[in-house]
Amino acid sequence: MTKILVLALILSGVAAAQNPGNGKTLFNTKYRCYACHGFSGQNGPGARLVPMKLTREAFFTFVRHPRAPRPGTSPAGQQDRMPPYSAKELPDTELADIYAYIRTLPDSPPAKSIPLLNKIAGEN
Amino acid sequence: MMSCLATSTRTPSNRRRFLKQAASAAAIAAGPAITKAQEPAAPPPRIGAQPPSARQLAADVGVPSTQAPPWIVEHPGSDFMVDTLKALNLEFVAANPGTSFGGLHESLINYGGNKMPELLTCCHEESAVAMAHGYAKIEGRPMLTMLHGTVGLQHASMAIFNAYADRVPVLMIVGNWGNAVQAHNAQDMALMVRDSIKWDDEPKTLAAFAESAIKAYKIAMTPPMGPVLLVLDEDLQAQAMGAARPRVPRVTLTTPPQGDSGAVLEAARLLVAAERPLIMAQRAARTPNGITLLVELAETLQAPVNNSERVNFPSRHALAGNGGQGYQPDVTLCLEVNDVSGTARAARARNAKVVSISAQGLYQKSNLQDAGRFADVDLDIAGDAEATLPALIDACKRLITADRKRAFAERGVQLAEAHRKARARDIELAAIGWDASPVSLNRLCAELWPLIENEDWSLVSWQGFIGSWPDRLWNIDKHYQYIGGQGAGGMGYGAPAAAGAALANRRHGRLSIAIQTDGDLMYAPGVLWTAAHHRIPLLTIMHNNRAYHQEVMHLQRQAGLSGRGGDRCHIGTTLTDPNIDYATVARGFGLHGEGPISDPAQLVPAFRRAIEVVKKGEPALIDVVTQPR
Repeated sequence: MTKILVLALILSGVAAAQNPGNGKTLFNTKYRCYACHGFSGQNGPGARLVPMKLTREAFFTFVRHPRAPRPGTSPAGQQDRMPPYSAKELPDTELADIYAYIRTLPDSPPAKSIPLLNKIAGEN
Repeated sequence: MMSCLATSTRTPSNRRRFLKQAASAAAIAAGPAITKAQEPAAPPPRIGAQPPSARQLAADVGVPSTQAPPWIVEHPGSDFMVDTLKALNLEFVAANPGTSFGGLHESLINYGGNKMPELLTCCHEESAVAMAHGYAKIEGRPMLTMLHGTVGLQHASMAIFNAYADRVPVLMIVGNWGNAVQAHNAQDMALMVRDSIKWDDEPKTLAAFAESAIKAYKIAMTPPMGPVLLVLDEDLQAQAMGAARPRVPRVTLTTPPQGDSGAVLEAARLLVAAERPLIMAQRAARTPNGITLLVELAETLQAPVNNSERVNFPSRHALAGNGGQGYQPDVTLCLEVNDVSGTARAARARNAKVVSISAQGLYQKSNLQDAGRFADVDLDIAGDAEATLPALIDACKRLITADRKRAFAERGVQLAEAHRKARARDIELAAIGWDASPVSLNRLCAELWPLIENEDWSLVSWQGFIGSWPDRLWNIDKHYQYIGGQGAGGMGYGAPAAAGAALANRRHGRLSIAIQTDGDLMYAPGVLWTAAHHRIPLLTIMHNNRAYHQEVMHLQRQAGLSGRGGDRCHIGTTLTDPNIDYATVARGFGLHGEGPISDPAQLVPAFRRAIEVVKKGEPALIDVVTQPR
């Protein structure tokens, strides 16, 4: 019985972690991750999140413990630095939803498949 | 000095009132005829409503005189000012109307015929000066602006600082209005902007005005260039010129300063001996010839050129770039680079050398810290880079031996390959978010390129907020094809500078394009009306990310450092609720306006329609909702 309860709790946790709809709201509206990563998850000065190459654990680490700020540099001078988000500011459940949402975002087509870019590449 | 003015017992402020009264009296005297001319279809005369007889008129308003009334000033000093300004060959004068320069305004449009210069109606003084800023970046010489005493000057102050920090010449006149409105008056009018102008003067006579105007123009045009200001008392504008009309001096521009010949030779020795030289050019090319010279130097040395700000070097030249991954320069030549400190610090850390050639060292002042930090360089040559390049090229050519030539040729092959790889990488990156909605900036710029590449085009907006995609995808090789940024980073510059630059391009038949950030436009969107009113052919494509986006990101980082989360960082930084409909705004100002467009597939048809409008001589705006960066 205890095992079943634990399993149910885990499954409910997984189910919560797989709510990309909520993740979209969090990404675009509440935490505005789009600001640095683009609505596409891949345009902007922030890290390219699509295709998502991080495991869930690595993604959590990336958000909770990004690279430390450069010493003596103001926030204005750190446009390429991810700000840290603790679990207090961004709960695990919400972060899991964001992760799930990012994984739904479509990857970009390869440049070679885009005639216009091929044309530009061929220009002198 | 006042003796050159005819004596007049009237105060200048009275002159305008008397003129108005005189006009009213004339209208009364000529009443029936004027009324008849103005009415398209006169109603049949009613019995009892006959015009007054000549006798009745004489009794009511007096007998009209054939002599000019004694209060008329037939040749005010402002007419002479126009003569002087015409000697400067100024095309345009941008202004928001202000009573303190009303005399000059009236002379410009009536005595001067509103030609050379032609008056541009601006809705904000910041727009007027920023238009002049953009104009000068294309045309290489100043536009005149007129500013109202104290209030207009303070409105203009941010645009003046941008022009100052961008080393751009702007000629400004500010009125000082006697005692009429005390708040528009100042003991030292220029004081409030003196930190961000190169020179100012307050001439007290017409002869002094002529000399000051010519001198101001010369100072503005001498590198390092910058804005200059003349303060004009309204009395001087309004009082009669008198019989002794002052002479308008000749306009002889000061030659740009060239770097010391010994120092230039030493720089050439360092560059020729270098194994991995790098040229960094920021505001080096003042003229089209500057690009030619820089190409010659780069090809002589087979050195890569890292271009920033304006067009100094062709974007697709094989030597364009920083030499590729792992290219650690042992000698870096900085040409008109505002802040060399970082380059110098990095060079010292690896025992490399830095040479700077810049006119910046010839002119240092100001409370405003725009001149760059201290740079610990090996050779600091005070002089205009473009003026110094011919001597540097000659010195390099004389020092190059056959062995060095072979080494340079090998280096050139490697650099060309590095350039090819960098370009291929940019093409790969341009595919990112290709189908995304809102539209990615790489997609926007890529889609625009085939529509303009066969036109004589000019990008009149900054690339800093759009990922420098034009530089990465387009072939930029002419000086007017990109005008760079604000100078001091002051927002509100973009839209009016684009209009000013497009005005300069109009004479040459060029297609001007601005990829316009939304936050910048919202400072003073009235410039769109100015563009429509003056038929300035400008294609404005909104980069509408619905935010002061830099500040969204900044606040998120700040909140992260405070440990308070980023879920409230939209407060005070975003432009939503309601979203601004820029196409409707544009149409309201009289422009062709389309949008908002979020689907990238809709870009090309909208661009085509707008380009057709612009090619007919009108401005157009396409609102594109974009990825933030």
